[in-house]
Amino acid sequence: FKPTKYGGKYTVTLIPGDGIGAEVAESVKTIFKADNVPITWEQIEVSGVQDNAGRTEEAFQQAVASLKRNKLGLKGILHTPISRSGHQSFNVAMRQELDIYASISLIKNIPGLQTRHKDVDLCIIRENTEGEYSGLEHQSVDGVVESLKIITRAKSERITKFAFQFALANQRKKVTCIHKANIMKLADGLFRGTFNRLAKDFPQLECNDMIVDNASMQCVSKPQQFDVMVMPNLYGGILSNIAAALVGGPGVVPGCNMGRDVAVFEPGCRHVGLDIQGKDQANPTALLLSGAMLLRHLGLDDHANRISNAVYDVIAQGKTRTRDMGGEASTHEFTRAILDSMEKSL
Amino acid sequence: SSRVAQFTGQKDASGKYTVSLIEGDGIGPEIAVAVKDIFAAAQTPIAWEPISVDPILKDGKTAIPDAAIESIKRNKIALKGPLATPIGKGHVSLNLTLRRTFNLFANLRPCRSVAGFKTPYDGVDTVLIRENTEGEYSGIEHVVVDGVVQSIKLITREASERVLRYAFEQARAINRKKVRVVHKATIMKMSDGLFLNTAREVAKDFPDIEFDAELLDNTCLKMTTDPTPYNDKVLVMPNLYGDILSDMCAGLIGGLGLTPSGNIGDECSIFEAVHGSAPDIAGKGLANPTALLLSSMMMLRHMGLNEYADKIEKAAFDTLAEGKVLTGDLGGKASTKDYTSAIIDRL
Ligand SMILES: Nc1ncnc2c1ncn2[C@@H]1O[C@H](COP(=O)(O)OP(=O)(O)OP(=O)(O)O)[C@@H](O)[C@H]1O
Ligand SMILES: Nc1ncnc2c1ncn2[C@@H]1O[C@H](COP(=O)(O)OP(=O)(O)OP(=O)(O)O)[C@@H](O)[C@H]1O
Ligand SMILES: [Mg+2]
Ligand SMILES: [Mg+2]
Repeated sequence: FKPTKYGGKYTVTLIPGDGIGAEVAESVKTIFKADNVPITWEQIEVSGVQDNAGRTEEAFQQAVASLKRNKLGLKGILHTPISRSGHQSFNVAMRQELDIYASISLIKNIPGLQTRHKDVDLCIIRENTEGEYSGLEHQSVDGVVESLKIITRAKSERITKFAFQFALANQRKKVTCIHKANIMKLADGLFRGTFNRLAKDFPQLECNDMIVDNASMQCVSKPQQFDVMVMPNLYGGILSNIAAALVGGPGVVPGCNMGRDVAVFEPGCRHVGLDIQGKDQANPTALLLSGAMLLRHLGLDDHANRISNAVYDVIAQGKTRTRDMGGEASTHEFTRAILDSMEKSL
Repeated sequence: SSRVAQFTGQKDASGKYTVSLIEGDGIGPEIAVAVKDIFAAAQTPIAWEPISVDPILKDGKTAIPDAAIESIKRNKIALKGPLATPIGKGHVSLNLTLRRTFNLFANLRPCRSVAGFKTPYDGVDTVLIRENTEGEYSGIEHVVVDGVVQSIKLITREASERVLRYAFEQARAINRKKVRVVHKATIMKMSDGLFLNTAREVAKDFPDIEFDAELLDNTCLKMTTDPTPYNDKVLVMPNLYGDILSDMCAGLIGGLGLTPSGNIGDECSIFEAVHGSAPDIAGKGLANPTALLLSSMMMLRHMGLNEYADKIEKAAFDTLAEGKVLTGDLGGKASTKDYTSAIIDRL
């Protein structure tokens, strides 16, 4: 991994995305600037909202090229239309194109932010490039549709190895494989079999597996039992949403997508937030903490700590919180409070 | 009438409906006795016909004994305890076999908070309907080349329409004004798209019911954040999502020990507790019969015997809410018998 660095500064691709993306990206830029973070943003406006002139596709290609060049990105979420004539999800296409195969969502209670569950501290590692998101579908006869889920040994190996190594690097103790191998005996059977085989190479870790429906039930009743969880694509989408809700929702959960060459940091529970777009209500915490992960990835730990400590400090104080955290502060007020906290700690 | 899966069973000469009873394995017989005793105390017009579904091999395939099949076909209704599925290659689960034999196309899973049993969620009252015959459970899978597996999710308009119609009719039957489809048509544009578009068509026949759709991700997020906005809706979805979300809802109210379910078919329907056979406590008289009892309440309502269901259900919920006579799984010390007697006393 070699990020691009010119004159002591790293160039990082910034894709604010749709919905609340612009607002939370602005918050990140303001805070990073105030801390003199040595990053130059290469900002690219991509949108999943269809544009008649067909410029969406162009912007998408530009973003991919920029990420290939810079190897590092910070990204909001792109809208995906439902309609059949609509394009394939740009979020998915980008992950496939850049082969950023491992998605990580860090789900942890934030001190001071009351939720229904306490002491939740888990991470969801999700295969990002195959499974149910293969995009291979066809209509055999009218009214009969087949959708292909693809599971390969190579990608199952790659993601489970990643999960084990991630667990070791982050002082985690346990890795749970989530699957539905009792029904999808071949596909999920291959995933689970691969996990169990590779688990033998990591005797330091406690390894187990669980069926996805049971895992969802356990997640809302006893989430403290989970540490690192690894799973195919679709189950990752389901569990990252269930788990995010345990600790405060998509506004506070950071994440990232890792490949061999490229790393793209984005909120760990992926929502566009079209309903609150432009209202100055969005919580920038998820993108800020994703940004802090990016800084640690670059070895800029001092910056990362200053920024994330300030975010946690403001939330713990409880005076300035956005609506999703039960407060009334606007995105701007919350950002201001973080800046004040950073100043005080100098 | 043209209602999907309407119960067509008839009373016998003594004014009773006969119901096939599969007591099941492990704690099955103990919780079945509890239900039978409570039904007798409430003078419910039900005669039980015990049957065994211990699998036989027919042409090398797992099958259900003919006598059991005939009983269920005749009575058009069954109550079923847990069946232990032997783990092993190639053995189709009995539950799946039952579903296939009787074409039980919809799985109905209500989850209601039990007052007196504290969980992080209060006031949950969700109703979820899962398509039960196709989708990701088509069983069509193959190895393309070594190390590459394809698994086919099959969505047909016919099966989608049937379960969707049932969902709308169920909404009417239980007085809910809203039906919501849960889907992932942003990614699975054709398959989930077909399910979603079929729903839009079916909705036109039910102008009294409000219809909308929600992306699976949002349902997971919002239900876990606060399930109560779902209390006025019937949720309906393809097989896998329904499987996962129905267990998630069970988690909200405290697990499988309290969740009933119904497997609905055109010819007959089978009602069952969702939990397993609990071999660890089997035969000790400690099992909690609530899930099977609540399943039998769903059964009574399916048969149009609502008054009996309301009466028994109230006695059960009041006993639970009072919290004096609870089984071990709910933190109490009572035996299955004590708990059953407490409900009967209230009746
Ligand atoms: N950063 C954030 N801060 C506050 N609330 C957020 C944030 N991100 C998402 N949300 C909220 O989470 C919920 C789910 O978001 P989501 O984007 O899925 O909704 P949506 O606008 O219906 O978009 P879509 O259906 O296309 O996913 C919304 O209520 C949204 O406002
Ligand atoms: N009705 C019940 N009353 C009390 N405890 C129960 C009940 N149902 C399940 N349990 C408990 O919940 C746990 C899991 O039960 P479950 O029967 O699902 O286990 P299982 O080993 O998976 O059985 P099976 O192989 O039949 O699925 C066990 O400890 C069991 O004792
Ligand atoms: Mg299940
Ligand atoms: Mg079980």
